[in-house]
Amino acid sequence: MQREVNQELAREFGLSPDEYSRVLEIMGRTPTLTELGVFSVMWSEHCSYKSSRVWLRQLPTKAPWVIHGPGENAGVVDIGDGLAAVFKMESHNHPSFIEPYQGAATGVGGILRDVFTMGARPIANLNALRFGRPDNPVTKRIVDGVVRGIGGYGNCVGVPTVGGEINFHSAYDGNPLVNAMTVGIAPRDRIFLSAAAGVGNPVVYVGSKTGRDGIHGATMASAEFAADAEEKRPTVQVGDPFTEKLLIEACLELMATDAIVAIQDMGAAGLTSSSVEMAAKGGVGIELDLDQVPARETGMTAYEFMLSESQERMLMVLRPDREAEARVIFDKWELDFAVVGHLTDTGRITVRHHGQVEADIPLAPLNDQAPLYHRPTTETRKQPQINPGKVEDRVGLTAALWKLIACPDLASRAWVWDQYDSTVGGQTVKRPGAADAAVVKLEGLSRALALTTDCTPRYCAADPEAGGAQAVAEAWRNLTAVGARPLALTDNMNFGNPERPEIMGQFAAAIRGMAAACEALDFPVVSGNVSLYNETRDPSGTVRAILPTPAIGGLGVLDDAAQAVGIALGPWLDIVLVGVTKGWLGQSLWLREIAGREEGAPPPVDLAAERATGDFVRGQILAGHVRACHDVSDGGLLVAVAEMAMAGLTGVRLSTGPREIPSHAYWFGEDQGRYVLAVPDAGSLIRAAEAAGLAAVRIGTSGGQDLTLPDGGTISVRALRAAHERFFPSWMDGSG
Amino acid sequence: MKAGIVVFPGINRERDMAIALTRSGATPRMIWHKETDLAGLDLIVLPGGFSHGDYLRCGAMAAHSPVMTAVREHVARGGYLLGVCNGFQILTEAGILPGALLRNASLRFLSMDCHLRVERTDTVFTGQYQRGEVFRAVMAHGDGNYFADDTTLDRLEGEGLVALRYATPTGEITAEANRNGSARGIAGILSPSLRVLGLMPHPEDLVDPLMGGTDGKPLFDALAAA
Repeated sequence: MQREVNQELAREFGLSPDEYSRVLEIMGRTPTLTELGVFSVMWSEHCSYKSSRVWLRQLPTKAPWVIHGPGENAGVVDIGDGLAAVFKMESHNHPSFIEPYQGAATGVGGILRDVFTMGARPIANLNALRFGRPDNPVTKRIVDGVVRGIGGYGNCVGVPTVGGEINFHSAYDGNPLVNAMTVGIAPRDRIFLSAAAGVGNPVVYVGSKTGRDGIHGATMASAEFAADAEEKRPTVQVGDPFTEKLLIEACLELMATDAIVAIQDMGAAGLTSSSVEMAAKGGVGIELDLDQVPARETGMTAYEFMLSESQERMLMVLRPDREAEARVIFDKWELDFAVVGHLTDTGRITVRHHGQVEADIPLAPLNDQAPLYHRPTTETRKQPQINPGKVEDRVGLTAALWKLIACPDLASRAWVWDQYDSTVGGQTVKRPGAADAAVVKLEGLSRALALTTDCTPRYCAADPEAGGAQAVAEAWRNLTAVGARPLALTDNMNFGNPERPEIMGQFAAAIRGMAAACEALDFPVVSGNVSLYNETRDPSGTVRAILPTPAIGGLGVLDDAAQAVGIALGPWLDIVLVGVTKGWLGQSLWLREIAGREEGAPPPVDLAAERATGDFVRGQILAGHVRACHDVSDGGLLVAVAEMAMAGLTGVRLSTGPREIPSHAYWFGEDQGRYVLAVPDAGSLIRAAEAAGLAAVRIGTSGGQDLTLPDGGTISVRALRAAHERFFPSWMDGSG
Repeated sequence: MKAGIVVFPGINRERDMAIALTRSGATPRMIWHKETDLAGLDLIVLPGGFSHGDYLRCGAMAAHSPVMTAVREHVARGGYLLGVCNGFQILTEAGILPGALLRNASLRFLSMDCHLRVERTDTVFTGQYQRGEVFRAVMAHGDGNYFADDTTLDRLEGEGLVALRYATPTGEITAEANRNGSARGIAGILSPSLRVLGLMPHPEDLVDPLMGGTDGKPLFDALAAA
């Protein structure tokens, strides 16, 4: 039964009264149900970026090596050898809470399509995940479903999952974050874009059939959760990785010809957003005949066709007379192939179904008059700096290390990545956990890409600007720590409800911090995604937002994969700390896990020092002087050294730290811009660092089976590793 | 050595296999699963992946692909046949090798290195390993739990057709080393002719020191030299 279109229905579709008035003005009449559906998804936060666009413009997006920045399906950078890396990160947060397996699986599928739609073969997946506290009963079910979903999809399509990160915090109890990143490779001069061209050219639909799944998914992703979240399950899509794999192969086969004018995947808002965006970008009109769209179910209405978010579908514009050639390829891969329309010179999208015009909308105002909000902001209140001398250490180094290394935020993630195929493709040089960034070689070349995802949400919550800068710096640092030259990043901005000034203030400040770091590190943003309304209203009406989480996906390049270093320590090496340590305890994991205090100003990033330190470390790695390298991040220096020891099953004897800093602050403080290097000769490295104006100090030597702490405490590395690996299997499977 | 790698829809380790074979000096070509003429090939490989999505039992649909008739003829002619991971599952579904691959005992996908003990070396696949030698391979499967009835297992062992078993790095057969729960720790089995090998782990992903080792390379060296 067709609902009557009015302001009430518009509100249900997520359009405000003002926005609905604008629709009426543009149309000059009451829109049809299908038209209202098109406006509501195109103007949803998810598709229109109406709250975030004014801020996103502040991010640096250019560099000589950037081929396509934000605005395309994914970012594209020149990586040498005539090749380009195509990459992006995208959230699937709301669906992953409602239906963890399918939510996460289709998140992987969606980001893969964003990359191969540009002509790139996907070579790596990563994912940045945030979950609620482990003792919340629903968290376990969500973690299990998300991990199985990512594996179920990624393993089947045959793209290695090589890296990512996981945090736990009660702020994510009702809003887990699933941010999936894909990296692909294409010839630099064969990038496919989405701008349609050529009036009369056929519009072709390929891939899976259209069903009723995912209708209004984009609208759902643009509102906070209330107690009825479970009832939104029908808005979650269902993934089919096998069809995706066929679609990858068929599209790449067709892309090797010159039959395609433009191509776009059907992601959020499905047929609506793909057809509208392609036509609008190309400045042409488009006419669709829904009777030609392959349907999975009978009796679907125009509204349902246009709003469906069925997965594994693509829309393309072909050159005239190339249909037959294209059809042969899709027939071979047993995928649907249907001409569903053509380009027009009307500047309108016209949708016909059963001979009736169901929608007829002028494209220019649909895009140009999309809402754009300068929402009010309030600054996050600064927290006081914690004086390390005023924080008493009641447990000592040994007990603190045991506890930290086993806590959910620092425990080994092996249980998770052991469920992801990380080696398919045969090019994975550094698998998950082996290095600060994953390293994936390019087939047949010596060149490799380094990939990482990073964000420290507790820093962002305490000071969004410092946290935003830190997230970018840490990604840059992790790429540097394997010896890679950082090139560019993709960002996934996960925040609460932008209509609340304190949330919009977090967003604006995070962007400021990120922009400063991108600028200072020559590390531009080339693609990204914004996920707002990550908050839950409980039955009492209290609203709980996530920690502000600007997740950064970083990409770097190594000219020679053989130069990449990992974190695993071997024996008989000097351990050198490069960078300045002051003992910053504010927002450190030590303060939270050991002292039970989640407070203080987070560690600031000195961007000039960050750059100088990183450039020096990279130089030393590429000169072949470094056997292992690890940045100092969560947990501080002692945790970094312990992680290197555990990875290599090699002991370390540590020297005493400086007298002027309390021992716990020196070893567990989270000062930024620091690296631990394992080198055969500390002397020459320290001299080189000093010549570059950098602080470097030998903090120990490797060898044996034990980690010997400066206070004399001795820990078996093997036993420490067992404790490190216990959390996930014992929590999830009741074993280990 | 002329080798062909069969591409079923949904297969995803065909490139890894081609790289490994090429590295050892063979010249592989890709075979689409609808091809029916495999004349002139010495070795046919069924690689890993998710043929037809493994939406029925793993390998069940691929076992009925048109190419499988030609694969059987190739075996009857005395040609070599290697099935890895999904390829091994297809061989059991096609009845070319006995037994079945069930869900891993943990009911989770397993992606990690494992160690394999070489049980027999007088074959074209294992000829460059020593008997009892342990080599590392990459495990990446959800359904690698080898199963057969006791009579079949006794026969396989009695006839010396168990090629590889999951082992500790020092060569012991233990429950811990057998991560997927396979019957009698079996990772790979041979046909009575010794010309067909099916195994779950991927030797083709360890043929380059850059990727963590070359433990799998002797298998391809031996094949390429045959």
